[in-house]
Amino acid sequence: MRERGELLALAGVTCGYVDDAVLVDVDLTIGDREFVGIVGPSGAGKTTALRVLGGSMRVAHGAVTRRAGLRMAYVPQVETINWSFPVTVRECVLMARVSGRRLPWASRAERAQVADVLGRLDIGDLADRHIRELSGGQQQRVFLARALLGEPELLLLDEPTSGVDVRLRHEILHLLDDLNSRGLAIVLTTHDLNGIAAHLPRIVCLNRRVIGDGAPHEVLSSDVLERTYGASMEVLEHSGMPVVVDSYRRAHAPHHAESHS
Amino acid sequence: MIGELLRPFDFEFFRNGLLVATMAGALCGAIGVYVVLKGMSYIGHGLSHALFGGFAASSLLGVNFLLGAGAWGVASALMINAVTRRRVIGSDAAIGVITTASFALGLALFALFGTTGRSFDAALFGSILGVGTDDVIAILVVGILAFALIFLRYRALLFTTFDPDVADVAGVNTARMDALLTVVLACSILATMQVLGVTLVAAVLVIPAAIARMLTNSFARMLQLATGIGAVCGFIGMNLSYHLDVQSGPTIVLVAATLFAAVFVVTGVTGRRRAAAITARPPLAAR
Repeated sequence: MRERGELLALAGVTCGYVDDAVLVDVDLTIGDREFVGIVGPSGAGKTTALRVLGGSMRVAHGAVTRRAGLRMAYVPQVETINWSFPVTVRECVLMARVSGRRLPWASRAERAQVADVLGRLDIGDLADRHIRELSGGQQQRVFLARALLGEPELLLLDEPTSGVDVRLRHEILHLLDDLNSRGLAIVLTTHDLNGIAAHLPRIVCLNRRVIGDGAPHEVLSSDVLERTYGASMEVLEHSGMPVVVDSYRRAHAPHHAESHS
Repeated sequence: MIGELLRPFDFEFFRNGLLVATMAGALCGAIGVYVVLKGMSYIGHGLSHALFGGFAASSLLGVNFLLGAGAWGVASALMINAVTRRRVIGSDAAIGVITTASFALGLALFALFGTTGRSFDAALFGSILGVGTDDVIAILVVGILAFALIFLRYRALLFTTFDPDVADVAGVNTARMDALLTVVLACSILATMQVLGVTLVAAVLVIPAAIARMLTNSFARMLQLATGIGAVCGFIGMNLSYHLDVQSGPTIVLVAATLFAAVFVVTGVTGRRRAAAITARPPLAAR
């Protein structure tokens, strides 16, 4: 079903650092207009999987196939950004335009495109500010703007909601949902099973290997989550959506979680 | 008074030295921005010492200094780059191993066979007296190549310096960008060694960039400022070197250091925070 609109596929991919394989025999396909969340515990290989998808990491075994001329953009974890780097919002966003124009300064058309993408993300008045002078949500939007300026067909985001509050998490999710509905394929990694993953159309549970792959109601089961996280979890249902509950906390919680289902 | 200040311009060696020092300052100022922002300030120090090995070897073999030490320096730079990109050891360790070994080899060769041609002191601390037309041509050629690279690959270099992993995904050949930058750096150090000396080249790479960082939050302006500051320090330092009868390298570095101190005081807390943040990068493992 996915093959006709396939953007990218990993087949039997194993990769990692020296003798320590981070991904083992991973099969994964990303189709046109898909919105996929990769979940798993810390050290499960989520960021490595994104790097392999993006082509910035070589694989030891297996094959990576991409649609010819596929345009991709990567939004890194905000924790890995060097916020002290001397770069304004405009300079940062313009980095996406690395091919084509050779001159350092932006053309009139590029300036208009930057203004447009910043305006769409509600940060149009921040173009001349240094990236560190912005709030967490604005910073996340700057890197999203940079990714979008490259007009990608596939957007890869590494933990786009780590360290943000609930309101900002909703904003980011709505923004990504809007972009996806306009035709952009999205793959993101997240630790947030209830706040993000459960809302996505497709989830991949990863712990060095792919443990589960499918819609949230198919994948978010106690069995798959226990094999993914190595910890006991229960899955309840709330308003038709799966809710993952940490069994340890549930057993010790003063109010039983089942009362919400 | 004016006549006294202009007197050194009567001498060809001074005019050559002034030209080389000013161009060297501008060149090192511009390249230094990338070096400093990549957190590789130590590479300038290391590569200049590595070139000393090439200087000794070419002196011993009677090979042209610029060609011999240049090939040696480029090879050292590419080795550092290759080791660093494998991420098995950090860039500081790679620089430390490769360049100190090269420097030690240079010292051993001088001890065993003595030196011909350029003097040991001139190589270490720089000398205006040894600046000839070939040095002017060398710095001119390297300068044109370096600024052409910066101008034509501005965005790719900026992207690679700021965020190499993301630049990779966006289609930038970051390995090639890193290699080009280190080769240009090695050539720049080689071309400026005669005036600045092995031991002081690193300062001219780092100080103008650090001053510029205190003055701006924009990459484009930092690049312009560092280039201008480097050129001004080279020009003033070379003039002072003649009038104070002190070697050119130390004088240029002291002018730059004085300017750094002045800007550090004038820009206050904001400038200090910016300068302190130059090395505040996330650890390699997190990138």
